[in-house]
Amino acid sequence: MNPENINTTVNIAGVSFKNPVMNASGTFGSGMEYYEFVDLNRLGAVVTKGVAPEPWEGNPVPRITETPSGMLNAIGLQNPGIDVFTERDLGFLSEFNTNVIVNVCGHSEDEYLQVVERLSDDDRVNMLEINVSCPNVKKGGIAFGTDPKELQKITAAVKRKSLKPIIMKLSPNVTSIADMAKAAEAGGADAVSLINTLTGMKIDIYKRSFSLANKTGGLSGPAIRPVAVRMVYEASHAVGIPVIGMGGITSAEDAIEFIMAGASAVAVGMYNFHDPSAMIKIIDGIGDFLSENHIADINEIIGCVK
Amino acid sequence: MINEKARIIKSERLADQVFSTVFDSRIAEPAYPGQFVMVGTKSDSRLLRRPISICEADREKGTIRLVYRAVGYGTKELSEAKSGDSFDILGPIGTGFPLDAAQDKKQIILAGGGIGAPPLLQLARALRRTGIGKDSITAVLGYRSMKSGLFLNEEFSAEVNVILSTDDGSVGTRGTVVDALKERDLKPDIIYACGPLPMLKAVKDFAADSFIPAFISLEERMACGMGVCLGCMVKTAGRDSHSHVNNARICTEGPVFNAEEVVL
Repeated sequence: MNPENINTTVNIAGVSFKNPVMNASGTFGSGMEYYEFVDLNRLGAVVTKGVAPEPWEGNPVPRITETPSGMLNAIGLQNPGIDVFTERDLGFLSEFNTNVIVNVCGHSEDEYLQVVERLSDDDRVNMLEINVSCPNVKKGGIAFGTDPKELQKITAAVKRKSLKPIIMKLSPNVTSIADMAKAAEAGGADAVSLINTLTGMKIDIYKRSFSLANKTGGLSGPAIRPVAVRMVYEASHAVGIPVIGMGGITSAEDAIEFIMAGASAVAVGMYNFHDPSAMIKIIDGIGDFLSENHIADINEIIGCVK
Repeated sequence: MINEKARIIKSERLADQVFSTVFDSRIAEPAYPGQFVMVGTKSDSRLLRRPISICEADREKGTIRLVYRAVGYGTKELSEAKSGDSFDILGPIGTGFPLDAAQDKKQIILAGGGIGAPPLLQLARALRRTGIGKDSITAVLGYRSMKSGLFLNEEFSAEVNVILSTDDGSVGTRGTVVDALKERDLKPDIIYACGPLPMLKAVKDFAADSFIPAFISLEERMACGMGVCLGCMVKTAGRDSHSHVNNARICTEGPVFNAEEVVL
């Protein structure tokens, strides 16, 4: 099949994506640093690093440690705050023909809402992703993302303030991902993205101490992929809203696996660190897969494995 | 920045756990003293690249040389690789040593503690190429002991004056490079340093007490080397330009910092 006749466009909450590939928040900045390796115009979307109302310092170092087929991180959502972000990062991103999804973080409901309000009528932003699942900040983050009632409440609060479609980013550190996806949907979420990192720990036996200054960190990379695929499958069967899938994607084949499990789009995270051109290779590889397998429209295979 | 599969053309052991690997690499052209590269592993399960400083970049030959201590999986794998083997290399990365700061200085000190010495060799050559005489530059190189082996000292001697220290006193001053600096009563006008954190703290204090500039090269665990993961932070005295929170990225604003601008 001629690749030019293949449709890779997907639609999430009324927003059209030229292809289903984006970065996972926190692994790509706002795309600026990757300009030599990734043409942002080719991406389905750029998902920014989480932004709060004020600058956040993040955690002490070491913040990073390698683990088998993955890594632990405890960055702690270091960010410059919404003022610098809107001027510098959104100013930069407005030059490109791609969707912009801003990841929003806060220590309290009020802080999330401050960011949401600031961005609500900003034309440079297509969607907001609400980070209620970061395991590395003490207040906010995961506290909202592990209790279905809290999740529904903050989702509803965000929806009341936002004119933009809302993606709730879900934590895998829960008993039932289906219940969490349902809570987000009940709160009015337009989509859910999953999975954020799994909480983990590594100990340096020679120093008799933790490998990360924060003691625990979020596990990402191919090590978590089967967990992520399972959760995307469960979430997509539990709700009617679209699911954006992520967790250890390294190749087009991995991306297709998530799509067949029920993801309308996918995000690449840790693998951007391994290969700065990874997302471009994955976009090309998805096109090749569809072509070789005579699939005219990627939408045909979303959730095709029941 | 260049991302390439680079082929090893020479590999050798220099001292106990210390190895030298020369790559055919396009990174030689843009590389600046004090910059580093991120080297991938061949393992499917070790996915992060390892930051390793550039010891030499030869633009004419198109080669870069890495000198490193083989301590973990990645550096051991690299040390065991043979000529002809290839590795994924990303670079050159970071902000290196400012050469301008040394102009008109009479006593320039290059302080290299242990495996901190390699990036100073490229700096020594670059400073000489700016026209600074050999007598104006002294490398103070610290090693563990004669038994574990000295490395690069002869190559430094071809470019600059060299004085040595060892932890056990088996060669040169017993103690650190800062001890050697004080023992010789050298009166530096500027210090460039790379080495373990306690040594860099001592250099920072020495420079502050002597009212001279010092530029120090730092290291930290990092995932990307691109400036996005925000893993490799150092606390800064002032607001940083990226996150505006007194944190600088060692991979981007560093690895070389003006000592008075960082909090160690």
